[in-house]
Parts: sequence; structure tokens; C-alpha cells
Amino acid sequence: MARVSAFYRSTVGKKVLMAITGFVLLGFVVVHMIGNLKAFMGAEYFNTYAEALRALGAPFFGHGQALWLFRIVLLGSVLIHAFFGIQLWLVSNRARPIGYEKTPYLQTTAASLTMRWGGLLIGGYVVYHLMHLTIGNVNPDFIPGDAYHNLVVGFESTTAAAAYVIAVFVLALHLYHGTWSALQTLGLNHPKYNSWRRGIAAVLAIVLLVGFATVPVAVQLGVLK
Amino acid sequence: MRLTLHVWRQASGSPSGRFERYDMPDADEHMSFLEMLDVLNNRLIEQGKDPIAFEHDCREGICGSCGMVINGRPHGPVQRVTACQLHMRSFKDGDDIWLEPWRARAFPVLKDLVVDRSAFDRIIQAGGYISIRTGAAPDANAVPIPKRDADSAMDAAACIGCGACVAACPNGSAMLFTAAKISHLGLLPQGQPERFSRVLDMVGTMDEEGFGSCTNHGSCEAACPKGISLDFIARLNRDLIRATLGKGMEVEAPAGGAG
Ligand code: FES
Repeated sequence: MARVSAFYRSTVGKKVLMAITGFVLLGFVVVHMIGNLKAFMGAEYFNTYAEALRALGAPFFGHGQALWLFRIVLLGSVLIHAFFGIQLWLVSNRARPIGYEKTPYLQTTAASLTMRWGGLLIGGYVVYHLMHLTIGNVNPDFIPGDAYHNLVVGFESTTAAAAYVIAVFVLALHLYHGTWSALQTLGLNHPKYNSWRRGIAAVLAIVLLVGFATVPVAVQLGVLK
Repeated sequence: MRLTLHVWRQASGSPSGRFERYDMPDADEHMSFLEMLDVLNNRLIEQGKDPIAFEHDCREGICGSCGMVINGRPHGPVQRVTACQLHMRSFKDGDDIWLEPWRARAFPVLKDLVVDRSAFDRIIQAGGYISIRTGAAPDANAVPIPKRDADSAMDAAACIGCGACVAACPNGSAMLFTAAKISHLGLLPQGQPERFSRVLDMVGTMDEEGFGSCTNHGSCEAACPKGISLDFIARLNRDLIRATLGKGMEVEAPAGGAG
């Protein structure tokens, strides 16, 4: 027990929890992207898919119950990830009260340097995103149950589509460093596979960027209507 | 060659300082960096001024005392070289050179470019030791060690504790140092008895000293004059997870057996 509390109190233990919750969220994001692409199969298919998500786990789970279970797990992951992220951010801020005249940031990438602000931005965007396409209160013409319609109407606004693409770009950047970093934090390295870790992270980031951005761009181009 | 130096000057005991400009009209490209500072200091002393304080001892890249940030790079522009092993031929005539101390809350500035690195000593004290039988030295090769482990342990043991990793880290984290120290003992049979308490204790002390939290930028690896690899950080993380899960507790029970 003393070990568990030492682990939890340590900066490394907190990061391990961030890595695990990060992977949970990464898994969600991949499934979400695949789901989005079903929009290209037509309105009926997409709406059936959206409805099937609510019926997930039937008959063991009642209507929408399994979906809520997932939502609770995701929300929990987001909270843990963000809470420790912010806590460790403060730890690092305190660690260097006086900065450098010439910044010695070596070997850093745009992705590694934007993890924290990027994370906050993604979190903020998700709130808007839920209001836009799930709750619908900022959607110009929200029809509960007609996911395809809501998506098309939602992305007909160029601003909304652009915001989505930007958010997805920030997410891809976050995951490019995050995936590699989480593997490192979990101690998952091996001389044989080390060189693969960056590559896998890069491929993942690009696939997600393209996969997500396709839908709003298709709406803007009139491919989805 | 003619150089302009901008050096961080901070009186001992003072919480703040500022950059002072010095002209160095006749630096020789064959000088080492510290010799160039020696020449400048001699002039300052002749003029009755306070010489620039910087730490140094071996001047051959093995003691780890000579750290300073030179133009935004710990130990200067040449990779895998300590400041004392840096030569003026790495600079060009007319260059501006900015000299700053390591910047970290855990490394308070003592004077000018000298910082107090005893936080590192306290991390070592927390777990950087092994239990062995005292008495006659054991026979050489009495404990077989796989070549790969021996090599890897030596790579980790190359750490000279200079603090460049902390200085370079955007988070001011001491993970590379701590990871190197944990690994060079943890990779060898002699280091097994305390392997898992070591990682918990050393990481705990590292956090208490006020170092930042690593986000795997890799700046430390780039700045390290000994080329210590980020892989050791993954190893530290792995050992910490295993220590928490209780794996390897059995290794810990009979202390000194592997000595
Ligand atoms: S003076 Fe010893 S390493 Fe530079």
C-alpha cells in the first residue's frame, strides 16, 4: 500500500495514469473516426449506425445504457488525464522560475511543445462539439435521432467546418507526441522496436487527421448533402 | 578572433542578477572555452574587478562540474562535449556568446554561472547504493553478467551528473539523471536487492527537490555530453510500475545475496 501511494504521489505515477487514460481516449477517437466515415454510406446507413450505438449491448443492457457506460468511462478518462496534466504542468512551471535568455529547447517538436495548450484546446472544442452535434443546442437545425441531417446542417457553416478541421489538426499533433510519449511512460520500449514507435505515432496521427477532416470537407464540397 | 561575451552576473547570496557585456578582442582558436574565460578573468582581476565565477575541476570531461549554458545550449554548440572540452575553434570571429547558469529551482545560483547541484547528491543518497558483503574482494568474474547488460550498465554509468539534462529540459526535469543512476545499478546483479525500493526512493526524492515533470521532449538526450539515452527513462518508468505492482518483491527479500 505504501508503494501504491508512493507511486500515486510521484510525477511518474501520475504520468502512467495519464498514459493509460490517454490510450483509452485514443481508442475512442479511432472508433469515432471509423464511425464518421460511415456517413459516406448514405443517410439511412449512418442513422442506423447511430441508432445501433444506443442499442449496444442489448438485450443485456437496456436502450442507451451501454452507451452511457462508455460515456462515463470516457468522461472519467478525460478528467483524470486533464487533472494530472494540469497538475504536472504546474510542477514543471515551478521548476524553472527564471527562464533563459537564449532558449535551449533541443530536439523538441511542434507536437511536444504544444501538448498542454493543445490538450486544453481539444478539451474546449469537445464541449462545443457535443453542443453542436450531440445535444444540438448550437446546431442551426437539430433533429434528435437524425444524425446524418444534423451532421450535414452542422458542417454547412464554413466556420463550423473550419473549426472542426483545426481541432482535428491539434488533436493529430497531440497524438503524434502523445502516443510515443505514452509508450515511453509505460516503459514499453525495446531496442528492436524503438525506431517503430515514432513511425506508428506518425501514421496514426495522419490517418486520424485525414479520416476526421474528410467529413466536414465533403459537406463543404457538397459531396455529403 | 574577436568575441563579445554576455555573461550572467549574480552576486553570491543575491536572488537576482543581470547580463554584463565583455569584449574579448584576442581569443585564440586553440584555447579551450574555459581557458578563454581564464584569460578574461585575469584581465578583470588586473582591472580590480570581480572575476566571473564558473565551476570547473578536471577539465577533461569526466567530473561534471563545468556546466553552463552557452548560446542556448548546455555545454555549448558541440554535441557530446562538456564545456571544458569545448574549443574556441567552434566559434567564429565576431560571434556573440551568451553565458547563463543552469536554470532550475532545484539548482539555485550560488554566484554568476555556478549553481548548487546538491539536489543530485540527495537523489543519489536516497537509493544510489548497493548492499554487498564487505571483506575480501570477490574473484573477478565470480558473478557472470551478460555482455549486453554490462554494456548497457556502462552506458548509463557514463553519466557525470553535470545537470545538463535538467538545464536543457523545457520542464526542468531530472529524469535522465535519475534514470541513468537507477539503470546502471539496476542492470547488474549486484544492484538487484534494492532495485525496486531504489526507484521509488530516488524518484520520490527527485520530486521533492522540485524538479519538473518529464514530457519526453528528448532535449536532455540531445544536451547530454555523455549521450545518455532516453531508453533509460523508459526503464525507470518500467521499474517504477513493477515496483508498485509488487513484481520483483521476491528479488528484494534476501539482501546482499548477489554481492
Ligand atoms: S571540468 Fe570536469 S567535466 Fe568539465
